Amino acid sequence: MADHPFEFSPLAFLLLRVAFMEEKLLQLNNISVVYSDVIQVLKGVSLSVEKKQIVSLLGSNGAGKTTTLKAISGLLKPENGAVTEGAILYKGKAMQNRSPEEITRNGIIQVLEGRQPFKYLTIEENLRVGTATRMGKPYREDLEKVYHYFPALRRMTKKLAGYCSGGELQMLVIGRGLMAHPELLLLDEPSLGLAPILVREIFGIIKRINEEEGTTIILVEQNARMALKIATYAYVMENGKIVMEGSADAMRENPDVKEFYLGMSLSGGAKSYENVKSYKRRKRWL
Amino acid sequence: MKKFQLHPCGNFYEDYEKMLTVFSTDFGRVWAAIGLVILFLVPLMPVSPYLIYVMNITGVAVIAAVGLNILTGFAGQLSLGHGAFFGLGAYAGAILGTTLHVPMLLSILGAGLITAGIGMIFGAPSGRLKGLYLTIATLAGQIIIEYVLIHWESLTKGTMGLTLPVPVFFGFRFQGDIPFYYLIFAFTALMIWIAINLIRTRFGRAWIAIRDNDRAAEGMGIPIFTYKVFAFAISSFYAGFAGALWAYYMGSITTEPFNIMLSVEYLAMVIIGGLGSISGSVFGAVFITMLNELLRLITDFLMNSAIGSHLGLTIAPLREFFFGAAIVLFILFEPRGLAEEWRIIRSSFRLWPFSY
Amino acid sequence: MDFFMQLLVGGLSTGFVYGLSAMGFVMIFKSSSVLNFAHGELIAIGAYFFLIFVTWAKLPLVLAFLFTLFACFLLGILIERIFLRPLIGENLIFVIMLTVGLAAMFRGLILLFWGGNLYTYPDFLPKALGVDRGIVHIPPVYMATLIIGIFFLIVFGIFFKFFSQGIYMRSVADNQRAALSLGVNVRRVFALSWAIAALVAGMSGVVLGVINGINVHNLSAIGLKVFPVVILGGLDSIIGAIIGGLIIGVLETFTGGYLSTSLRDVVPYIILVIILLVKPYGLFGLTEIERV
Repeated sequence: MADHPFEFSPLAFLLLRVAFMEEKLLQLNNISVVYSDVIQVLKGVSLSVEKKQIVSLLGSNGAGKTTTLKAISGLLKPENGAVTEGAILYKGKAMQNRSPEEITRNGIIQVLEGRQPFKYLTIEENLRVGTATRMGKPYREDLEKVYHYFPALRRMTKKLAGYCSGGELQMLVIGRGLMAHPELLLLDEPSLGLAPILVREIFGIIKRINEEEGTTIILVEQNARMALKIATYAYVMENGKIVMEGSADAMRENPDVKEFYLGMSLSGGAKSYENVKSYKRRKRWL
Repeated sequence: MKKFQLHPCGNFYEDYEKMLTVFSTDFGRVWAAIGLVILFLVPLMPVSPYLIYVMNITGVAVIAAVGLNILTGFAGQLSLGHGAFFGLGAYAGAILGTTLHVPMLLSILGAGLITAGIGMIFGAPSGRLKGLYLTIATLAGQIIIEYVLIHWESLTKGTMGLTLPVPVFFGFRFQGDIPFYYLIFAFTALMIWIAINLIRTRFGRAWIAIRDNDRAAEGMGIPIFTYKVFAFAISSFYAGFAGALWAYYMGSITTEPFNIMLSVEYLAMVIIGGLGSISGSVFGAVFITMLNELLRLITDFLMNSAIGSHLGLTIAPLREFFFGAAIVLFILFEPRGLAEEWRIIRSSFRLWPFSY
Repeated sequence: MDFFMQLLVGGLSTGFVYGLSAMGFVMIFKSSSVLNFAHGELIAIGAYFFLIFVTWAKLPLVLAFLFTLFACFLLGILIERIFLRPLIGENLIFVIMLTVGLAAMFRGLILLFWGGNLYTYPDFLPKALGVDRGIVHIPPVYMATLIIGIFFLIVFGIFFKFFSQGIYMRSVADNQRAALSLGVNVRRVFALSWAIAALVAGMSGVVLGVINGINVHNLSAIGLKVFPVVILGGLDSIIGAIIGGLIIGVLETFTGGYLSTSLRDVVPYIILVIILLVKPYGLFGLTEIERV
């Protein structure tokens, strides 16, 4: 090493990376997540998110997408999980294993999978809980903002959330997240169990939020077609690892993604299950 | 000749049959047999009658705690009325023995059945209630049963209490610590055996399903009300059986011990031992009974000693304090219970030196 | 008729005290879904705190009362800090069992310091506070209770309905994970709910001490009487707690007056079972919304 003074030492390389990372809003460096000290779910995940992007995380069930989101938002801890290796840098600050309160106060809000409203609170009270990061004040303009994006909610502010339909609840929980003025919004499967027309509507709103509020969004989805339509960049996860990444446009054209997530065979027709090749190709990612 | 199996260092079950076996290896079977033989031999050794007494009441507590664990740990219905059912069994046994002159073994069994019947009545609200609401209903059951025991004077003699006849077998007066030791020992082993096997049947699986998700269980076609009431019946049977056994052992009973604190003690046994584990309820019962006796010894010692003689009255509450503190500390530091601890110790021995 | 009126007024008065005692219990249930079996002991501790401040420290009444409330508030925070915080996220059964253990600890401690004797406060309430019109006779204590009770009822009603912190407390009771994801400070919510509950319990302890004298066994027995009251009113309704208390109180005095005194203590529980079978969520409780 001494013979070549100009060679990059690993340390210098790392420093350089850190220097460049300033631009990124969020950077996951090779993180591992272990539940209950024994079950390793994430095996070295790295990804980066730039400001005002919509980044989509795709993958089948159990790939570790939700766990990745929880690692970012700090919700692993109540479930006895922890980031054991690697670093999560948010605006250059290490965020791994901080408490959810601290992380949310920094502007990272996760919208949980499966619509988790406060069933016994009215719609408006539900939205008000979203102001917890700044001790409740002020909230009136924010309510207006949420009603602007989700006009359907305005009509039932006094209704108990427990009696709302799935679509209304999805709007409610996204709106509740918006109330916290997030800089980075983590959306976990907003399309889960919704009618296609509602999915389209909600994705349209997500896109608008991203454009009008400048909110950076990480979108975990099973509905790859919709997700790739609004995303700027996408990652594909399998078995706790990232197996593929690229800009959304490139991903849409990628033959593998087409086959496994968009349900199209190479010829463009409907995918045939007799096609043995797909199985082999899928294997390659593991 | 059959090969003697040791424990494999991993889970190699290939079908459900194997998972359901009580002893997965001959090793465990041998240990269980050795344990039973040692317990059988205890009274033949030169031990103090006090130790036999403690073991006897522990055995009774084990039966009752196993019953409660079936209800709370397996069927998921938290009950605060177990102490009352225990008392109900004690009184049922005593009344069968004194006024109806039923022989001891039959009246113990009868007491169990009567308690099971009444337990089913108090389990009936479980058709509509669940969770904490049901717990409160059992609390009401505890207080109502206690009230009836005290105030139905024509039958229970109220606060006077009842004295049981000494059972006679072929001219042998069945009385004292050692004869009862063998009786309780045999019954405890039998009841544990029944419980373990009950859990392996359709009933056990249905209870666990109800505990984990009652709506899903209902959707799978399990008649949850029937099974819940059945769990109440079984659990009350255990309590009543243990109560009657205890009554015969003690010789006379009053309503005093069967208060809410007894129910709390049983719940503590089950929780400290480990919910949903038969061995856990054994551990829990042993732990709580020992703790009680230990605290009694300490307070007795303090009250008789020089310091205690003038502080005597104020030291007795210490027992209550330490009992509470033991429960609190246990929950804070080992919420999964003694059974879990035991499992960890065992598996770390088994897997040593490669713990992954 | 006179007897009836007497019983009614007496029942309403004791009932209101029950309701007041139940309020603190409901508070904890509302924010953390925990049945607090140590509630009776918290009530007793409040009564004994006041006893210390009034008779031993000889403070003026208002100051002693405020000190009592403050001490109870601190005690609530301490309990949460030391015993309940480590259990956040654990199974509720453990938390409930923990309160059972705490109850035994507190009872032991109180007995250790004061024994089972009956103490009384010096007579301090002005006679003018009482109502004495013909057959209707309300002693000053009950009037004071009424005023304090209604005051707290309004304060808590507004707090839970309109104040952000109150809404956060309800949100935590509702869905802890979702509350965490939105940055609600769950630990603060728990600490606050225990502090408020202990404060209310302490206050009702003082009231009960004035009425019945201070004895740890009597006071902690109220902790069990709270159950029929809250079930009747609905486990999570503060106004329900008061109304449930009134109903239970009246029923108790009527059974005591017309049927038998020994039945008096068991009647609330018989009602409890009936209520649970007929209307499980009480008169004012929220029906459990279950979706799969």
